[in-house]
Amino acid sequence: MERILKFIHDNGLVVAFLVVGVVMIFSEVISKKVTRGKVPAAAIAIITGLILAYIGGVYSGGKKGVADIPLLEGLGMMGSPMLRDFAIVSTAMGASVLVMKKTGVLGAISLLIGVTLSFVSGVLLAFAWGYRDAAVLTTIGAGACTYIVGPVTGAALGASSEIIALSIAAGVVKAVVVAVGTPFLAKSIGLNNPHTAMIFGGLIGTNAGVMAGLAATDPKLVPYGALTATFYTGLGCLLCPSVFHLIVRAIVGY
Amino acid sequence: MVIYGVALLSLSFIGGQLLGEMLGEVLGIDANVGGVGFGMLILIVLKTLLSKRGFFRDGESQGIEFWNNMYVPIIVAMTATQNVSAAVSAGMLAVMAGLLPVALCFLTIPLLSRFLKDKTSL
Repeated sequence: MERILKFIHDNGLVVAFLVVGVVMIFSEVISKKVTRGKVPAAAIAIITGLILAYIGGVYSGGKKGVADIPLLEGLGMMGSPMLRDFAIVSTAMGASVLVMKKTGVLGAISLLIGVTLSFVSGVLLAFAWGYRDAAVLTTIGAGACTYIVGPVTGAALGASSEIIALSIAAGVVKAVVVAVGTPFLAKSIGLNNPHTAMIFGGLIGTNAGVMAGLAATDPKLVPYGALTATFYTGLGCLLCPSVFHLIVRAIVGY
Repeated sequence: MVIYGVALLSLSFIGGQLLGEMLGEVLGIDANVGGVGFGMLILIVLKTLLSKRGFFRDGESQGIEFWNNMYVPIIVAMTATQNVSAAVSAGMLAVMAGLLPVALCFLTIPLLSRFLKDKTSL
């Protein structure tokens, strides 16, 4: 037994690949069978991650979620800021200067308004909840953009793991609400043409949510929404830890 | 070659992060300012430049594509290692911070749609 534990300890990262693979299969099945594709598998996988982290934290009494359980410490390596940021930068792969030009003014305006609107409402809510620290407010505001922008911003500003978890949770709630709510609200907001779909993608931004929501509304609209939504997380990662953080800091002090 | 793609991604990542660190230094903040965002911009520009000259082929693309596909699983691993039990006490904030932006954005869509259409048809 001790030998097996040592083996797992020495091969943590590979064990983590297996564990996350199993979580992904589980999430895909739930997404397809239970929610009939309405809630994206990515959102379910992240919710599963949050639940596992909660159980791990309660079980071990530690602060690193499941990474405090010896068998699962490799997940800490797989989810380290280095690998995470590396993978996030790679998502820019889908974009090109040509796509940026095609998205043009329309995309740029809706993206800027979208990121700002989400960020400001997140910051205001966090403020209403009693948080006064600029890094904390900025991280939660960033989480209101997407579940990626939150942790990237939080890590860059040195926010605590607890606040980062909160920002991820906010981003996941957003993705799920968009995915489930879009088909019901599409008619009332005139979401039935490529033009509006591009604005929709830029304003809402959360990739998994936008794609699932549009797919459920009208699959033909997916690429238009995706075109603008692709830039949302990147723009959020650029603005939140920099310009937005400075503004928040100037307003609340430290 | 796959490694060329991975190396290109590394170059963009390192360039962006260092830029973010330097910006933090200049602004006097003990934080990385927008490093990931800069990294993405660098990758987009480098990729576009290289493919115009025919240096960016399937192999290179696969090296980056792999990490692109690993992004959700890595996020799941990261999520599973956060201090969630401490965050649960503020759980309602997470729900509100997820709901409110969506509500506001949905309200903005019809307005923006009309405004931008008028502009483009001029």
